[in-house]
Amino acid sequence: MALLGYIINGISLGSVYAIIALGYTMVYGIAKMLNFAHGDVIMVGGYICFYAVFSFELPWPVGVLLAVIVCTVLGIVIERLAYKPLRAAPSLAVLITAIGMSYFLQNAALLLFSSNPKVFPNFFTVTRADGTVKNGFELFGGQLKVAYVTVITIVCCLVIMLALMLFTSKTKTGKAMRACSEDKGAAQLMGINVNATISTTFAIGSALAAIAGVLLCSAYPMLMPTTGSMPGIKAFTAAVFGGIGSIPGAFLGGLLLGVVEIFAKAYISTQMSDAVVFAILIIVLLVKPAGLLGKQIREKV
Amino acid sequence: MKRIVALILALMMVLSLAACGTTQPTEPTEPTEPSDAPEASATAFKIGGTGPLTGGAAIYGNAAKNGAQIAVDEINALGGDIQFELRYEDDVHDAEKAVNAYNTLKDWGMQISLGSVTTKPCEATSVENYADRIFALTPSASSPAVVANKDNVFQMCFTDPNQGSASAQYIADKGLATKVAVIWKNDDVYSKGIHDKFCEKAAELGIEVVSDTTFADGNDTDFSVQISDAQSNGAELVFLPIYYQPASLIFAQASTAGYAPKWFGVDGMDGILTMKGFDTALAEGVMLLTPFNADAEDERTAAFVAKYQEQFGEIPNQFAADGYDCIYAIYQAIQNAGLTADMSNEDICAALIEQFTTMTFDGLTGTGVTWNATGEVSKSPKGMVIENGAYVGLD
Repeated sequence: MALLGYIINGISLGSVYAIIALGYTMVYGIAKMLNFAHGDVIMVGGYICFYAVFSFELPWPVGVLLAVIVCTVLGIVIERLAYKPLRAAPSLAVLITAIGMSYFLQNAALLLFSSNPKVFPNFFTVTRADGTVKNGFELFGGQLKVAYVTVITIVCCLVIMLALMLFTSKTKTGKAMRACSEDKGAAQLMGINVNATISTTFAIGSALAAIAGVLLCSAYPMLMPTTGSMPGIKAFTAAVFGGIGSIPGAFLGGLLLGVVEIFAKAYISTQMSDAVVFAILIIVLLVKPAGLLGKQIREKV
Repeated sequence: MKRIVALILALMMVLSLAACGTTQPTEPTEPTEPSDAPEASATAFKIGGTGPLTGGAAIYGNAAKNGAQIAVDEINALGGDIQFELRYEDDVHDAEKAVNAYNTLKDWGMQISLGSVTTKPCEATSVENYADRIFALTPSASSPAVVANKDNVFQMCFTDPNQGSASAQYIADKGLATKVAVIWKNDDVYSKGIHDKFCEKAAELGIEVVSDTTFADGNDTDFSVQISDAQSNGAELVFLPIYYQPASLIFAQASTAGYAPKWFGVDGMDGILTMKGFDTALAEGVMLLTPFNADAEDERTAAFVAKYQEQFGEIPNQFAADGYDCIYAIYQAIQNAGLTADMSNEDICAALIEQFTTMTFDGLTGTGVTWNATGEVSKSPKGMVIENGAYVGLD
């Protein structure tokens, strides 16, 4: 039973990593750049939703929608200002710009929202007739508890994953994205507007970040300017683990990383869990450098 | 085009640097500068301190600063010969930045130091205090390393081991539990110091530590394993020698897991009730040892709480009281020794060391407070419990 409990906790943590990793992998797959600011866009999404619900007392779906809109715009603006001018630059320059952007967002948030941690409300609760608030359901006569937000995160992950896969394989814009990822120059010659396509990619990635932000903060309800950075790095690891650029790989990598982390804490040592997680990453990369699903999906989209 | 890009990037760097380097508090409620400002500087003692005014630990830095400021304003308003000028610099709870902040204060002409508010930065700045012979009295940096082998560095708060043994003693005396779990943060000297001593003392007193788990990173958010470990080992009480931010997540996740032990915190727990959006029902029944009780009915505490609420709009925590006491302890020592503001920091330092090792001080955080030659304080903690979203004295 304890084992099952750890697996559920692992999936719950992993589903959050997975949803962030989807955004990473999407942008990497198409623009071939690591958007290290992704974790911080998540944080911005969390704050927008928090303030919409708390200060303006909007219903939470409106808050989420607002977060998605603001993050989408932010993603496009970041791309225009910071990354687009560097399209021909070496990838190291882009990478450093992305790190700079990450720090910029964190410090801007520090100024705007102050450093005091905020406690994010849990939207996914059910109020019973007798007034008690439930945030999860029980299995096996109360021996296992599963939070609603875990289920919702996994469902969101699956829906987003399928939608992204359909989008990139069926729609015109999606096909353009894949073409850009294969060869930007050739795509341009074929009449594809590379800049617009990459902007669209960022818009989608940032919209996903907003959703990930709300889910992350609902599952682990503390919001600070640095909230996005560590999950962002873990999710990046998850994306590499699963095969960066691969959409199902990000999902699988996220879930596995979450389960491994919880198992390492439970069965090895709470002190060593991060070391174990990253050691496994190193081993996977040594044995299978493209990541778990990196080979099967050659198109990297 | 390139030039525009370069301009924008440069602008961003400047902005983000400005954000990093901001020393002024961002909260609108903060006073920006000492209210008695420049004209007093010729005749006033210059007191400087560093603390996290921004960042995750900002609640402590701002509280200590605000408490000290109230004391300074009160003393200056008396219009006596002893006038103070207080300046706080931001260290963002970072040792390296704390040393930079300390140097800024030294350049400003600091004669007496309030060290740093948090432990890690203070371990760094106290070395500088010792080398520069600037007397330091830290409101809240609690590890023994802060004062060890430094004759001119003193503490207003308990040391970490002291908190650990006092907590274990309290749990044993009140018969709160025989099986306890400890969840602590292993990259934090503060947390580790309390944890080690607590476990040692608990073993002596026959309290069984059935679950001893830890977490490392400041951004660690998942505590499900630690909680289920404590739960499955049948811990009746969970001891949390950590700061309040991870504690708030632990309470939320324990509630989801349907685990409701007794919770016992330390002074880092103070602050949990003022977190925006925190459901105080989660912290109901949490016990903690702290030297200061804002509900205490004595006249001085009541006056201080009222003044603090009026100026800063919140109930002061023990860090504010520690900051306040620091200034008054220094004031008392200066009066006893008959120091004047034109003396050099070396002379002030020597005189204050003599005073602090011999005098007895009555403050908000304890009466009959004394210091030993190492710089550790001796005072007794009060047990507090959170009831209906407010602190209530346990005894």
